[in-house]
Amino acid sequence: MSEPGAVSPIRSGYQRVLPPLGDLRRLRGSTHLIERHARAYRHMWLVFASGVAEPLFYLLSIGIGLGVLVGKVPGPDGSLVPYREFVAPGLLAVSAMNGAMYDSTFNVFFRLKYEKLYDAVLSTPVGPFEIALGEIGWALLRGAVYAVAFTMVMTVMGLISSWWALLAVPVAVLTGFAFAAFGMAGTTFMKSWQDFDYVMLISLPLFLFSATFYPLSVYPRAVRAVVEWTPLYQGVTLLRDLVLGDPGWDLLWRAAYLAVMGVAGLLLAARRIAKLLLV
Amino acid sequence: MPEVLVRARGLTKQFGGFTAVDGIDFDLYRGEAFGFLGPNGAGKSSTMRMIGCVSPPSGGQLTILDSDPVRDGPAIRARLGVVPQEDTLDVELTVRENLLVYGRYFGLPKKVIRERADALLEFVQLTDRAHDKVEPLSGGMKRRLTIARSLINEPDILLLDEPSTGLDPQARHVVWDRLYGLKQRGVTLILTTHYMDEAEQLCDRLVVMDHATIVAAGTPRELIETYSTPEVLELRFTPDCHEQGAGKLRDLYPERIEATADRVMLYVSDGDEALKRVRGLGLEPSSSFARRSTLEDVFLHLTGRRLID
Repeated sequence: MSEPGAVSPIRSGYQRVLPPLGDLRRLRGSTHLIERHARAYRHMWLVFASGVAEPLFYLLSIGIGLGVLVGKVPGPDGSLVPYREFVAPGLLAVSAMNGAMYDSTFNVFFRLKYEKLYDAVLSTPVGPFEIALGEIGWALLRGAVYAVAFTMVMTVMGLISSWWALLAVPVAVLTGFAFAAFGMAGTTFMKSWQDFDYVMLISLPLFLFSATFYPLSVYPRAVRAVVEWTPLYQGVTLLRDLVLGDPGWDLLWRAAYLAVMGVAGLLLAARRIAKLLLV
Repeated sequence: MPEVLVRARGLTKQFGGFTAVDGIDFDLYRGEAFGFLGPNGAGKSSTMRMIGCVSPPSGGQLTILDSDPVRDGPAIRARLGVVPQEDTLDVELTVRENLLVYGRYFGLPKKVIRERADALLEFVQLTDRAHDKVEPLSGGMKRRLTIARSLINEPDILLLDEPSTGLDPQARHVVWDRLYGLKQRGVTLILTTHYMDEAEQLCDRLVVMDHATIVAAGTPRELIETYSTPEVLELRFTPDCHEQGAGKLRDLYPERIEATADRVMLYVSDGDEALKRVRGLGLEPSSSFARRSTLEDVFLHLTGRRLID
């Protein structure tokens, strides 16, 4: 038993990322950060609303416009489906990724380096894990609003053919979770705005090549094996199989893949915030 | 004996091989205003961050509000108010929203926060700016808002890291006036500063830090009595007589003379009497000024005249 106040060799209080189990109430701190963001966006509601428009523009130009030229493509079970029905769930996955990455990279970097928001927050009882959870939670909340709007448009346009599509919004949120957590963890390593080129370097190929716009079967075998292991492909497959009503057991491990990626990113992001700011 | 709120023994902070704070001891009592005085880089801010539980000590003992900052950081921070050296106001929110949101980080009920926010805005004279954004505010207003924000949880201890650095004289006096008001209300203050007048005006007790250690401690009065003389006689000579005058005076007061490029300062018990002796030597300064010793004399005596940036 050490003397009270003596510094223990293991500085667990600062290095520990999760609050002790007996003190999970502290996680409520993350909701206070979400409240802060909700209040800040009241002054920028147009920015918030514009997030709804982006995936819809894609759906109109690629789904409808390009869809007229493409006609029908093979769906998950091999039968032919109209291109716009095929591509819509892919676009939902993409917008979940993009929205989450935007919130958790640019916005987090600004708050971390320029606004010093986390320095201010850490001088209150809120800790680094609650900050990471709050940031990612906010990204998901925003993503959920966009996913609901997009799914409603899909319904109105008759692009949904199965009750499984009810799972589309939670799955879009799960996809967002994986990318928001990954993006925030990555952002804590960034030094300047130039480093954001890496965000594009990762998200653009994922956007274009994750079987978003065409079936995986167009790739040669070797490429297919690579794409099958990329994260956005899991989200695209989950959403497409659900919306088109052909879910297989593989969807469970795909969901687990995204969940593990999200939890790992969350823990790393919290650890990094502590390492950067609690020195 | 008044209650001890912060106790440090051998408190040390290292960054890699660099020692920012090297085994300092101090006690903070409830209700007092306690100052860390020192040049830039002396270790004041590192000490403040350790007390604020956002920087783990590298060694020694630190007890804050009877708790261990390493283990009970969040619980301690709930009872602290922090005014950091650089403003960390939320520029995406309005003045009043800054208080509302910050109060929520402490888990306070919204109704309580609203009442306190309005009273605090009144206290720091920002009520008429309540619905403005933060960015257009002047430096002094931002500082006052930061002070209001730090009080939203009615802290037991208020930590102020260079509260008036960078402000113009008027703004500094408004900040001091508010801090003095808090002191009158019995709020315990810890502040760092390199302004002697700030330390003299606000601090009941202070320590002088230099090179990561405490080189002196006491009330402003005690420090002046210990490290300086009751009075200081400042003399100026015409440029051609400066060297000669300083030289002669050095013989008269070998221990208690400080000569700068344009002035000679004699540390004496009686300034007028000393001036007579100076004139008795046949020296005729172009101007002379006898004054009481201040903390600045103590500070310069202890930390030297070298420039630290």
